[in-house]
Amino acid sequence: MGFLGQAWTIAWKDILGELRTREMVFSMLLFGFLVILIFNFGIEPGLRDEALVKPGVLWAAFVFAGILGLNRSFSSEKENDCLQGLLLCPVDRAVIYLGKFLGNFVFVLAMSLAVLLFFSVLYNVDVIAVLPGLLAILGLATIGFCAVGTLFSAVSVGIKTRDVLLAILLFPVLVPVILAAAKSSAFVMNGEGLFAGGSWLAMLVVYDVVFLAVSVMVFDYVLEE
Amino acid sequence: MRVRRLWKYYGHFPALRGLDLELERGRFLTVFGPNGAGKTTLIKVLSTQIKPSEGLVEVGGHDVIDAADRVRGQIGVISHNTYLYPSLTAFENLRFYGRMYRVSDLEERSRELLERVGLRGREDDRVSEYSRGMQQRLSIARALLHEPEIMFLDEPYTGLDQHASRMLRGVLDTLHDGRRTIFMVTHNLEEGLEMCDEVAIQVAGRICYREPIDRVNREHFGDTYFDCVGGGHKWDS
Repeated sequence: MGFLGQAWTIAWKDILGELRTREMVFSMLLFGFLVILIFNFGIEPGLRDEALVKPGVLWAAFVFAGILGLNRSFSSEKENDCLQGLLLCPVDRAVIYLGKFLGNFVFVLAMSLAVLLFFSVLYNVDVIAVLPGLLAILGLATIGFCAVGTLFSAVSVGIKTRDVLLAILLFPVLVPVILAAAKSSAFVMNGEGLFAGGSWLAMLVVYDVVFLAVSVMVFDYVLEE
Repeated sequence: MRVRRLWKYYGHFPALRGLDLELERGRFLTVFGPNGAGKTTLIKVLSTQIKPSEGLVEVGGHDVIDAADRVRGQIGVISHNTYLYPSLTAFENLRFYGRMYRVSDLEERSRELLERVGLRGREDDRVSEYSRGMQQRLSIARALLHEPEIMFLDEPYTGLDQHASRMLRGVLDTLHDGRRTIFMVTHNLEEGLEMCDEVAIQVAGRICYREPIDRVNREHFGDTYFDCVGGGHKWDS
């Protein structure tokens, strides 16, 4: 079994475990729905800048709910000291990183799609017409989010206050991805097309490439002790 | 296995203090010691779970820092922590670890091991539904999946009932075939003395006693142990 096969085995293990316990997905969904709902109370219909506010609401929901999921990513490995079992395997640390990243990507993307559906109903946004563009942005932003989130989740796994710490560590680093995703989504939702926000889209791509590469390189040091 | 002047610090505290150790292939060494002696730290360094602060550590002929993956491929670790995923079944756990170790004939090997540890028929039950003893038996199967040449056992009897302890002894007995090196740390004198070839006592981060089992007076070993442990305080300063 090669590098990617082993990484997928780790992701498969996380997905299978989550499908059985549903601990992470339920809490992420509930939190995402609540954020969308609460913002809805504050935004009056016919607001002048409504088109600019909506993408911000959507990405606030994705990010807050996504962090809940990332918190569980490595803390689930603490039970029975499974993380040590995983680290004892003769596999490159990059395989472990990639496996955890893939698992997180699947969870966050699934949660985002469900939240997007809820958002479209509650805010009366026709997402079907702009779905390809939104999916592209969602995919790119989720890669960046999970690339950094997986790394920081590993950093905070051994710390008692990891829930708070992860959010504190993650938010500053995630600013470019949140900003680029919200701006690109605004263009797409206004019907201007995916490439109207060209520089923001390029920023997402560059962010993904840089942070995936850096995370793979430093993951070994993060897991050292 | 070769250890020379091994030091391991946690912050400023030295858990291992210039420890020297050598173990020939096929031998079974039991290391006894009180809490805080550094036994678990030693096993963690030997099994590449943590890096040594100073000194040379070779396992299976490979350096634990420079060739950590090679060492990992040769060793199996049984600890009081089972390393098993509770939401997966026994078979899924073995399949997961088998793929990580690139075990060939994984299905057949898993079935054979499940039979050996007495869990055949329960392989599709989730680990969370297993008793502590059953989990430890499955943990033994997990550790043996890739047929390791060197076994590390860290307090393997902790929390086991009599039936599970007997089964573990039986498995260890079959593992002790003269080809496989076994390194066990425990503070249980009775169980630790049962199958080993050599005995050592570790106190305050150093090995302070080591003898082949045929030169150990089992009846008075308790006195020897307590003499060492009591004397160990002089190294704390």
